Amino acid sequence: MSLATEKRRTVRRTSGTGPPRGTTGHGAWFLVLPALIPVLALSVGPLLYGILLAFTDAQSGRTAPTRWIGVLNFSDLLHDTLFWESFRIGLLWAVGVTVPQFLLALGLALLLNEDLRLRWLARALAIVPWAMPEVVVGVMWRLVYNPDAGILNETLRDLGLGDGRDWLSGLATALPAVIVVGVWAGMPQTTVALLAGLQNTPRELHEAAAVDGAGSWRRFRTVTWPALRPIALAITALNFIWNLNSFALVYVLTNGGPGGRTRLPMLFAYEEAFRYGQFGYAAAMGCVMVAVISVFLALFLVGRIRGGDDA
Amino acid sequence: MRTRPAARAGRAAQYTALLGYLVFLAFPFLWLLSVAFKPARELGSLHPTWIPEHPTLANFRQAFDEQPLLHAAFNSLIAAVGAAVIAVALATPMAYVMARRRTRLARAASGWVVVSQAFPFVLVIIPLFLVLKNLRLIDSVPGLVMVYVVWALPFALWMLVGYVRAVPVELEEAAAIDGAGRLRTLVSVTAPLLAPGIVATGLFAFVTAWNEFFFALVLLKTPEKQTLPVVLTHFIGTEGVADLGPLAAAAFLATLPSLVVFAIVQRRITGGMLAGAVKS
Repeated sequence: MSLATEKRRTVRRTSGTGPPRGTTGHGAWFLVLPALIPVLALSVGPLLYGILLAFTDAQSGRTAPTRWIGVLNFSDLLHDTLFWESFRIGLLWAVGVTVPQFLLALGLALLLNEDLRLRWLARALAIVPWAMPEVVVGVMWRLVYNPDAGILNETLRDLGLGDGRDWLSGLATALPAVIVVGVWAGMPQTTVALLAGLQNTPRELHEAAAVDGAGSWRRFRTVTWPALRPIALAITALNFIWNLNSFALVYVLTNGGPGGRTRLPMLFAYEEAFRYGQFGYAAAMGCVMVAVISVFLALFLVGRIRGGDDA
Repeated sequence: MRTRPAARAGRAAQYTALLGYLVFLAFPFLWLLSVAFKPARELGSLHPTWIPEHPTLANFRQAFDEQPLLHAAFNSLIAAVGAAVIAVALATPMAYVMARRRTRLARAASGWVVVSQAFPFVLVIIPLFLVLKNLRLIDSVPGLVMVYVVWALPFALWMLVGYVRAVPVELEEAAAIDGAGRLRTLVSVTAPLLAPGIVATGLFAFVTAWNEFFFALVLLKTPEKQTLPVVLTHFIGTEGVADLGPLAAAAFLATLPSLVVFAIVQRRITGGMLAGAVKS
C-alpha cells in the first residue's frame, strides 16, 4: 500500500537537505544483522532450495538418495491436466475475488469518507473479518451455507425463492460460493487502503470542482480517481497475489471439492507434497506459480513507475 | 451495491448502501453467535431462527470435552507471543536503519519486503519442512515460532519504518547538539516516541501468528502440539460433517483474543499503514 508513494518520498529525501546523519557504517550492519540472518536462513535460503528441489525427484520418507532429473518435473506438469485445471480454477478464483473486492471496497471507502451517521459502526465492522482467523471465517460461512441449518437457505425459503440448495457441494455453486467468502474476508485491507487514499485527496480541489458545477461522477473521475490510482493499483496487485496464494479458507470450506471444482493451486500442491510426498513435483508447481506471480508483480511495478511519472 | 452518488437524491441512496454493507459484513458473525448458543434440538430444526429460543452454554462445554482446546490455546499463545516479541526485537533496529539511512542495503530490504508478499508458500514450505526436520524442530512449537518470526518480519519492518519516519530527525539532532551520545539519544529520545508504534507492531504480529493456519497444519503433527486453528478443523469430520454447535462455540472462542487485540490497536494499525501509504 505504501509502495506508491514510497518512491517519491525517497527522491524527496535524498534530494532534500542531504542524507540525515545516522549511525556509522559498522553500527548499521550491527543493527541490521539480527533481522538479516533469520531472513536469509529461513526465507531466502528455503526459496532457493525450493527452486533446486523442483529439478530433483525428492520424495518424503524415501531411502534412496535424491537424484537430479533435470526438467522432467516440468515436462510432467505440462501434461498434467489436473494441474492445469487447478491453475485455471486458481485464476478464476483470484480474478473473481479481486475484482468484486476492489469495487465493493471502493464503494464502502467512498461511503466511509462521507459524513454519515453510523459510520463508526461500519468502520468497526469493516475491520472484523481482518481480525478473524481464516479458519474461523471458513467455519462461519460453512454455518451460513449449511443446507439444513444454514441461514442462507432459510432466508431463501422465507422469501419464497425455492428450497435452497447445498451450496458448497453443488458442482455449479461451489466455486461462486467460495468466491463470495473470499470477497468478504478480504474487504478490510482493501477498504482501509482505499480510505487512506481518499483522505489524502485534496479537499479544496473537490470543492473547486463542485463550485464549477461538476457532478459527483465527474468529480470522482477528475479529482478523486487520479489521486487514488496509485493506491488502487498497489492494493489490487497485492490482493491478486494474496488470493492466488490463499489456502486456509478453501481448505476449511470445501477442501477442494466437489470433484476438484474448488481445488486451488495451493491446495493441489499441498496434497501433492504432504499427502503423496512428491516434494520435487510440488516444488515444480511452486516454481510455475512464482513465475506467474512474478509476471504480475512486474506489471504492477511497471504500472507503479508510470503512475509515479504522471504525478 | 454502490450507485454513483447522484448529487441530490444522494443521501438516501448512501444510507441504503451503507445498510447493505452493514448487513453483508455483520450477518455471518451474528449467525456464528446464534449457532454457538443454540441447543442441539434447535440446530436440528428445519427452520432455524436468528435468536436461540433456549440459549445454552452446552456447546461450549461439549467443545472443551471433544477437543483439547485449552492446550491448543496455550500452544497458540506461546507461538504468537514468541513470534511477536522476537520479530519486533529483530525488526526495530533494522527499521531504524532503513528509515534513517538511504543505503543500498536499506533499498534491498525494502525490495525484499515487497517480494516477500509474493512468496508462494508452497515453494517455501517444502524446503522449510526439510530444514526443520534436519534440525529436529519439526512438530515443535519453537520451530513454528521461528517460521512465524521470519514470516512476520516484512510487515513489521514496513510498519516500523513508517513509525520511525514519524519521529523527527531534528529531535535527535537537537539531543546530539546538547551533547547526548548516539546510544543515549536512541534510548531517551527515539525509543519513548517509538514505543506506541512498537507495541502496535507487536500486537499486529501477535494477531497474524494467532490466526495462522497453513504452516501450523504442515509443521505440527502431534495433536498435543497443535495450535487453535488446526484443532478447530478437527471438529469437521473427514466426510465434511461437522457437529455445528461445538464447532461454532470453539470458533467464537478462538476469535475472541484477536478481536480484543485488534480492537485495541485498530486505530494504530490503520494509522501505521497510512504512515507508509500517505505522503507525510
